[in-house]
Amino acid sequence: MLGNQSVASRPIESVLSTNKVIRSTYQLLSMTLIFSAVMAYVSMSMQASQGMGLVATIVGIVMLWFVLPRTANSASGIPVIFAITGLLGFGIGPMVAYYLAINPSIVMTALGGTGVIFLGLSGYALTTRKDFSFMGGFLMVGMLVVVGASLLNIFMGIPALSLAVSAAVIMLMSGFILYQTSSLINGGETNYIMATASLFLSILNIFTSLLHILGALGGDD
Amino acid sequence: MDWIQIGSAALMIGMLVLIFPRVRHAMKNSPKGTTQDWMGFVIPLIAVIGFVVLLVVSVR
Repeated sequence: MLGNQSVASRPIESVLSTNKVIRSTYQLLSMTLIFSAVMAYVSMSMQASQGMGLVATIVGIVMLWFVLPRTANSASGIPVIFAITGLLGFGIGPMVAYYLAINPSIVMTALGGTGVIFLGLSGYALTTRKDFSFMGGFLMVGMLVVVGASLLNIFMGIPALSLAVSAAVIMLMSGFILYQTSSLINGGETNYIMATASLFLSILNIFTSLLHILGALGGDD
Repeated sequence: MDWIQIGSAALMIGMLVLIFPRVRHAMKNSPKGTTQDWMGFVIPLIAVIGFVVLLVVSVR
């Protein structure tokens, strides 16, 4: 199985192909992150409501589930990934505007913190070349628990649970970054559009959760 | 309960429905990790937790 082979024992063509996928993934990820930030700025400039943000997020996630898997193997996957990341960026606009109004330094800290976490974890996975495929089951169960707890908290509205979910999301998404990067290195993921979508979601979730934690715990009260 | 909460809940339920088959598949097919493998995950995770605590302290 390719995923269990070390990079050194794989044929040179396979290693070159893997390096090409990694390079394309990071190029596309950079472009989608910039586009998403531009869309978040547009959303803030328009003073988009929370409802508009939610609708954009729902449309983005529906496209991610149903449109991206069908288009990821063709050239049409590129506009689709930009549409998804643009919608998700637009979706977080109202939340970012809210935190900017409270304390702009929280947004800057969350942004910088997300960058450091992503670069640190990616660097760790790329330099150690460890295989994190064993984490698949653990991460998916964690995802199920976090989504279930978030659903419960929509009705219960417990602030401590909300903070616990944000902390769990940061840890879970850190695991997903290691898992996805290791999958790129070991040839488990060969589609750079799907890899970009996965890494983009991890980064976005870390940013929003960090924003939530810093907003709640970083106040003067 | 406003429509934003209803919309958020619908999104979460949709996510649960779509995630569940993937969870079962991942649990059945994921390779088992050794203690050393898990340590390779726990160490960067502790670093992330420490970094988040540092960020919280820095904005206080």
